Amino acid sequence: MNIRNTIDNLKKPFSKGEKWERFAPAFNAFDTFLFVPNHTTKHGAHIRDAVDLKRTMITVIIALVPALFYGIYNTGFQYYSQLDIDYTLMDVVIHGSMKIVPMIAVSYIVGLAIEFAFAVFRGHEINEGYLVTGLLIPMIMPVDIPLWMVGLSVAFAVFIGKEAFGGTGMNILNPALTARAFAFFAYPTYMSGNQVWVSEASNVDGVSGETILGMLANGTSSLPYQPIDMFMGSIPGSIAETSTLMVLLGAFILIYTGVGSWRIMLGSLIGAAITGILFNLWGVNELMSFNWMNHLMVGGFAFGVVFMATDPVSAAQTVKGKWIYGLLVGLFCILIRVFNPAYPEGVMLAILLMNVFAPTIDHYVVEANVKRRLNRIKKPIINMA
Amino acid sequence: MSNDIKIKNGLTIKLKGAANNIIKKAALPKFVSINPSNFHLIIPKMVVKVGDSVQQGDVIFFSKKDERIKFCSPVDGIIKDISRGAKRKIIEIIIEVDEKQNTKSLKKINHETLDPENIKNILLSSGCWPFIKQRPYDVISNPSDDPKSIFISAFNSAPIAADLQIILEDQKEEFKNGIKILAKLTSGDVNICVDKNSSSFINKLDGVNIHTINGPHPAGNVGVQIHHIDPINSGEIVWTLGAEDVANIGRYFNTGIYNPVRTIAVSGPPVKYPQYYKTISGTELNKIIDDAGIDSKDSLRFINGDVLTGSTVEHDNYLGFYNNSFSVLREGNHYRMFGWIPFINNKVPSIYKTSFSWLFPNKKYDLDTNMNGEERAIVVTGEMEKVFPMDILPMQLLKECMAGNIEKMESLGIYEVAPEDFSLIDYSSSSKIEAQYIIRQGLDLMISEVG
Repeated sequence: MNIRNTIDNLKKPFSKGEKWERFAPAFNAFDTFLFVPNHTTKHGAHIRDAVDLKRTMITVIIALVPALFYGIYNTGFQYYSQLDIDYTLMDVVIHGSMKIVPMIAVSYIVGLAIEFAFAVFRGHEINEGYLVTGLLIPMIMPVDIPLWMVGLSVAFAVFIGKEAFGGTGMNILNPALTARAFAFFAYPTYMSGNQVWVSEASNVDGVSGETILGMLANGTSSLPYQPIDMFMGSIPGSIAETSTLMVLLGAFILIYTGVGSWRIMLGSLIGAAITGILFNLWGVNELMSFNWMNHLMVGGFAFGVVFMATDPVSAAQTVKGKWIYGLLVGLFCILIRVFNPAYPEGVMLAILLMNVFAPTIDHYVVEANVKRRLNRIKKPIINMA
Repeated sequence: MSNDIKIKNGLTIKLKGAANNIIKKAALPKFVSINPSNFHLIIPKMVVKVGDSVQQGDVIFFSKKDERIKFCSPVDGIIKDISRGAKRKIIEIIIEVDEKQNTKSLKKINHETLDPENIKNILLSSGCWPFIKQRPYDVISNPSDDPKSIFISAFNSAPIAADLQIILEDQKEEFKNGIKILAKLTSGDVNICVDKNSSSFINKLDGVNIHTINGPHPAGNVGVQIHHIDPINSGEIVWTLGAEDVANIGRYFNTGIYNPVRTIAVSGPPVKYPQYYKTISGTELNKIIDDAGIDSKDSLRFINGDVLTGSTVEHDNYLGFYNNSFSVLREGNHYRMFGWIPFINNKVPSIYKTSFSWLFPNKKYDLDTNMNGEERAIVVTGEMEKVFPMDILPMQLLKECMAGNIEKMESLGIYEVAPEDFSLIDYSSSSKIEAQYIIRQGLDLMISEVG
C-alpha cells in the first residue's frame, strides 16, 4: 500500500479548505483511476454491485479494440496496396499506427483538457464518458484528416455537443458523431470524395480510393470488391468502420456483458434490412439494387449501430423506445444512402436525426405507460370477480 | 382462492451467513428503546418523563398529528433516558427493564362480537396501531381511512433476510387470529402472499386471498405484490403489515397484553452462528450480537433490517420496531488498485457480466459495504428496469422525484412505490445513485404537498 500512502500525501493540498481544493476533481480523476476509492455506503442499500461507470466505459473500450486494431492494419494495407511495391505486415502496422495513434492522442488530450477544465470550473467529478468518445472520434474519421481538424472537431463536440447541455448524461447528440458532423460540414473536402479514404491517396496518381457507397452513388455497377471483402473489411473507408467482422466481435462483447443495448442493435438491423429489401425490389439505380445484405456490411452502418446508436445518453431510454429508435436508425440510414445524392453514407445523419427524436419517442412511451395506469381505474369490477 | 404470480425482473443476491433454522429465546434485556425514527414522519408527544415507572402496555408517547395513535412500552420498567437532538427533537426513549416482570392477568378479547370501530379503538389504545402501515407513502396508517384491501407478505426475498415461515412457525394461532381481526378493518380483501416454493400453513387459511409468488427479489416486497394483485390508483389506500405483526395483533386479542414479539434473524458474513432470536421490539442488541458471535465489533456494520433496506446502528444500540432481520457486514473502507478493470476482482457479483461471478450461480459472496465506485450522472439506461418488476418506469420516476415535479410523479406511479422497492436499483446502479433516498424524499414531498 505504499503507492496508496504516496497518493494520500499528494492529495492533502487538494482536500477541503486547502490551497488547491478547486482542483480536487482533476486529482481525484487520477486517484480513482489507480484505485477504486474506499467510499462506503451511506444511505440506502448497504451493499453495491461491482459495476461502476468506469467499468462500463472500459468494457466499451475493450469492445472497440478489435475494430481499432483492424483499422490500423487496414490503413496500412490500403496505403501499400495502392503503391504497387513490396511490403510486410510490419510495414502495414507501422504505417497504420503512425497515422492513427497521433489522432487518438490529439483527441484525448484536447477532449480531456476541456473535460477537466469544466469539472474544476463546475466543481464536479470527472465523468468517464469521454474515455469512449475520445477513442470513437478518431476511429470514425478519414485517415488523412489533419490533426488540427481532429482537435477542432473534438473541441466543438465537447463544448457544444456536451458541456453546453450540462455535461455527461445531459447531451442530446452523440458527442463523437457531433465531432464527425462538424468536420463533415466544415471541411467537406477532407471528409468526402474519392481521395480521402486511403492514406496518402491524393499523392498517388491514378489509384481510386473511393468507398463502395461512393462508387455506387456515381453509378458504378461493377464493384472491384466481393462481399467477403466488405465483411472482413479490406476496403477503403473511415478508419475503423470497414470490418463488419471486428464490429460484430465488439457487438458480441457489448451484448454479452450487457453494457450495450441489443434492442437498439437488433432494431437497427431489422430496420435497415427491411428498407434494403424493399429498395432491392424497387431497384431503379445502383444504390437501390445493391444487395440489402451488402448494405449492412458496407460503410459505417455496422460500426454506427453497434457503437454510436447505442450510446445510452443520446439514444431512447425506455425499453420500447429503444426498439422504435433502432428501427428508425436503420430505416433512415438506408433511406439517406439511397435518396441523398450529396451524402453516399447515411448512418451518421440517421443516428444524429434519431438522437434528436429520441426524447420524443420516449415521451410517447412514457405517456402510454401513464395511460395504462389511468385505465386500470375503469375496470376494478373485473378484478373483483 | 389462490393466485399464482410470477415475477421476472429482479435479482437474487447470494450472500454468506444466512441464519440457520434455529430459534433461540433471548433473555430479558436490561434496556429497551423506542425510537421515533422507526415511525416515519411521526412527531412524538411525550406522556412520560425520565424516572417514571411504566407498565407493559402503558403509553409512552402519542403522535402529535393524530393523538389516537399511541406508542406503548413493551415491558415493565423505568424511563431511563429521553435523548433529544437539535430543536429538542426526540431521538430515543430508553426504558430500564424491571428484572421482575409482573405477571398480568390474561383476558381474551372476543373480536367476533366487535364491530370495526371497536376493533380500531382497541388497536389504537393498546399500542398495536403502529403495526399497520399504509401505501401510498409507506407510513403508519390513518385510523380514519377505509383501506380498499389489506396486504401481508409472508415471503421475504431479500438477501440473507429472515424467513417468515420459520418466524410464524410457533405463532400460527396468533397469526390466524390476527387475520380474522384485520378482515374486519377493510371492506375489501385481506391478501396474503407466500413463496411458491415453500408450503405453509397459510396456504390453507380460509377467508383470505392467498397468492403464491415466484421469482427473485423483490418478489417478496409487499409493494410489488400489491402492484400485481390490486394496484393502487390515485386516492386509494392499502394497508400493509409485517407477518409477525399480524401475530402480535392476534396475541393482543388472545391475552389483552401488548407484547410486541420480534423474532429476528441475525445474519451476515461475519456472524459465526447466524440464527434466529425471539425477543421483543426495541431490545438492546449487544447481548444478541455477542451471542451470535463476531470477532470484534470494529470495522463491522450493524444493520437494523436487511442488507438492502436496513439502517445502520451501533453495537450498543437497540433493535428497530419493525425489522425481522438484523444484518452484519464488514465495512468496506479499503482501496482496490485498478478495481474497475472488468473481469478482475470477481469477489463482487454484478448484474453486468463484467466479472466472472456469473459463472458460479450458486456461489455465496462475502460482500462488504464498499461503494465499488463513485456517484456519477445517470448515463446507462435500461439497467433499472432489469431489477424493477412493476409496470412503472423507474428511471423516469426517479428523475421526476429529483426535480420535485408532483404532477409527473403522480402520473408515473409514485403512489405505488416505497423506498424498499428501489433497493435493488441502489444496489445495481452503475452511476451509484441513491434511489431509495430519492424516493423517500419524493414521497415526503407528496405527503407535504398533496397529503
